[in-house]
Amino acid sequence: MNLFSANKNSYRMPPFPFVFATLFVALIMLIPLFYLLLRMIHLSVEDLLVLISPRAFQTLSRSLMLMISVTTLSSIIAIPLAWITARTDLPYRKIWTILIMLPLVIPSYVGAYLFLSVFGPTGLFQKVLESLFEIQRLPDIRGLFGATLVLSLLSYPYLFITVRGAISGLDVSMEESSRILGHNRFWTFMKVTLPQLRFPFVSGALLVSLYTLSDFGAVSIFNYNTFSWTIYQQYNSLIDRSISALFSIIFVLLAFLIVLIEFKARGYQKYYRTGSGVSRKPKLIPLGFWKFPVYGFLFCVIGLALLLPISMLGIWLLKGMYFGDSVTFSWVPIFNSIFVSVLSASLIVFFSFATAIILVRYSVTGNRLFESISYLGFVLPGIVVAISVVYFAANYAGIFYQTTALLILAYVILFFPVALGAIRSVLLQINPRFEDAAHGMSHNYYSVLMRINIPLMKPGLIMAFAMVFLLVMKELPVTLILGPLGFKTLATEVWSFSSEAFFASAAIPALMIILICSLPMLMIIIWDKRIGD
Amino acid sequence: MAYRFSVLFVLMCIALLISCSDTTKPTSATKPLVLVEKKVATAPAKSQDADELVVYSGRKESLVGPIIKQFIGATGIDVKVKYGKTGELAATILEEGHKSPADLFFAQDPGGLGAVVNADMFQVLPYSIIGKVPTWAISGNSLWVGISGRVRVVVYNTKNVDPSEISATLEGFTDPKWKNRIGWAPTNGSFQAMVTAMRVKWGKEKTEEWLKGIQSNEPIVYPNNTLIVAAAGAGEIDVGFVNHYYLYRFLASEGDEFGARNHYLTGDGPGSLVLLAGAGILKTAKNKVNAEKFLSFMLSKFAQQYFAEQIFEYPVVEGIEISRLLVLKKLLNLKLTEEVTKFEIDMSDLAETQALLRDLGLIN
Repeated sequence: MNLFSANKNSYRMPPFPFVFATLFVALIMLIPLFYLLLRMIHLSVEDLLVLISPRAFQTLSRSLMLMISVTTLSSIIAIPLAWITARTDLPYRKIWTILIMLPLVIPSYVGAYLFLSVFGPTGLFQKVLESLFEIQRLPDIRGLFGATLVLSLLSYPYLFITVRGAISGLDVSMEESSRILGHNRFWTFMKVTLPQLRFPFVSGALLVSLYTLSDFGAVSIFNYNTFSWTIYQQYNSLIDRSISALFSIIFVLLAFLIVLIEFKARGYQKYYRTGSGVSRKPKLIPLGFWKFPVYGFLFCVIGLALLLPISMLGIWLLKGMYFGDSVTFSWVPIFNSIFVSVLSASLIVFFSFATAIILVRYSVTGNRLFESISYLGFVLPGIVVAISVVYFAANYAGIFYQTTALLILAYVILFFPVALGAIRSVLLQINPRFEDAAHGMSHNYYSVLMRINIPLMKPGLIMAFAMVFLLVMKELPVTLILGPLGFKTLATEVWSFSSEAFFASAAIPALMIILICSLPMLMIIIWDKRIGD
Repeated sequence: MAYRFSVLFVLMCIALLISCSDTTKPTSATKPLVLVEKKVATAPAKSQDADELVVYSGRKESLVGPIIKQFIGATGIDVKVKYGKTGELAATILEEGHKSPADLFFAQDPGGLGAVVNADMFQVLPYSIIGKVPTWAISGNSLWVGISGRVRVVVYNTKNVDPSEISATLEGFTDPKWKNRIGWAPTNGSFQAMVTAMRVKWGKEKTEEWLKGIQSNEPIVYPNNTLIVAAAGAGEIDVGFVNHYYLYRFLASEGDEFGARNHYLTGDGPGSLVLLAGAGILKTAKNKVNAEKFLSFMLSKFAQQYFAEQIFEYPVVEGIEISRLLVLKKLLNLKLTEEVTKFEIDMSDLAETQALLRDLGLIN
């Protein structure tokens, strides 16, 4: 086993199930890549010229511009909120924390549509202004501006979750040392606190960037032509799958580039306490007069990102019922959604726990390569992942085709990196000496995991579970194509009804998604001791 | 402790295995997953042949679900449906190749059917099916049959536009008086079908001129028909090019005060094109007889009445009473019997249309 040059832990080999899990994940992650390369064989040189056309370049730069602006705006929203909910005496912080995280569950095409129906040129907001000030028309927010706004409001929770977890896990004694040495609060924040947040910030920002790159719902509604929207158009325009594959490969290269940048930005520091002493919880900072601007900010963000969609869905439902539109409701999609979400979240958490242990505690050859590959599924547009799995499963694994198992496997490809990021960051905060000490007391490997790793990593594990649960809950393209025959989830119901303008019937499953997803959020809050109230 | 992990691992594997088997053989553990099919199975089985039928439907369940249920009730055939977007389902069928589990592909538009025709994956339909409909509703080699029709119309805002000022043909919309008032969806399949019809009827040059004319009126771009109708209702645009039936959905959910109505263009131009939603049987179908029964049922008076009355689409079989909402039966008869409405999308035609739209910067 020269695959594992065991310079970090020379006395123990990684347990077999963990190695197996890691290799398995690496293998299935390659499915989309293989498929794309296979499709590209049919391309002629002429086709390749599409790549250097000015149009491809424009689309690419539009995608990158959107990615940068969404990541920036999300940071502006998420970092202050993370700090406020972790370190100040804001009342009802647990409830605020749930509310701040919830916009993550709103599918982007629903969010964008609802947002436009309020803030569009003749939306609801204009109707109110018209009755008050006779304003006939508002400026059109379609394009980069609107897309940035909506995508930031839907994706800032990725950053909020990672950064907040890190802030509440920070060892406050470093900051105290800085203050004792005579530095003021601001200097301490900039020089001591912020650098420790670099890793969680970068991994959160990576999720936001990749989410933005692969989104097609919001960008199509806001008519902002990006790379992923182009790929979706190509798959739906039925002409040539080779060209779509070509565009997708560009996407893969882009993802690698971004992941590389992330590696550079992440650095190699240690994030755990090495000296003697015990890390301590910080004292909560009293908000005082600042309470009012803080409340203002909270109301703005939650109002736009959560209350607006929920109340618009409510309006759809009531309006439809009032005008006697048919409103259908069924338990089957609710059950299916919960079933696949729980199963895939558990499986993905298991896989990423195993992989995190191997990646962090053992120095594995090709460690970083593995990590960049694992982001493939998350960045590729869902349709590409779905079609590639269709190709392999239908032709080479017929028994599995159109089973829930295959669907869950596809979810692993899509959402594995999200869980890996959350779990790895908590593992990095654990000093390996704890594990060594337990070994020294002749506990076996699994005993150490149960006594040291799992209890200490619990916040990260729960967080990973909740995030994957949410993502699976709202996933659409893969669920549509790979689900078993007749398989319905809440997300497919929302799509089926809303795209044919059965708005009242679409509102029910959409609201159900939000309701059901707040349960795992609640779990985080209850189990995560770091969020004290 | 090692064993705790092994138990966890084994449990997960078992859960996965259980979930594997739910489509092939429903086991007790997955009972809830197949609730729908269970209900289906209890439906009265009148037919001897109670096999199953696998349908890939690019038409949403909200539209065709009820009539498929009727089919199940009438025949006892266990119909399993995969709902999805027409284009993506066509791509799925192409990737599945001869291993495709699908017996029948029910598509929203001729484009999706064309892709499957192009891959030579449909079988020729028997006369017992195609004999039910007029020739304009049958594809060239009898590979698929139209099941209902949607008409291209102009949706207009009732407050800002008087129907009499809307020109009778598409050509009128290049007039500068429509500047900043038009909505369209160049990426939409139905729109591309309309442009393809234009190219066939008008020739490439005139079509390009028309597209440029609309472009110079700075239309707002939408991703689909639903959003255009919503925008016309809210007064964001004054007119938009859509399929007729979305309006009825809005009237049902927002009431009669909804601010938009349909305007039917007259004449036989591409502006009054009838787009067929249709279906074909795959060469690899395992349940060919059931698939034929399905098509016969969809072309029966009963099912055609459903399409006309419940989802406001145009029947392809003659002698069906049209919903009053659909107005102008006279106009309808005029349209559907004429040879001009017959329209099939050839893949190479669609490719040329997309190339044209791409050159004008309308799609990517």
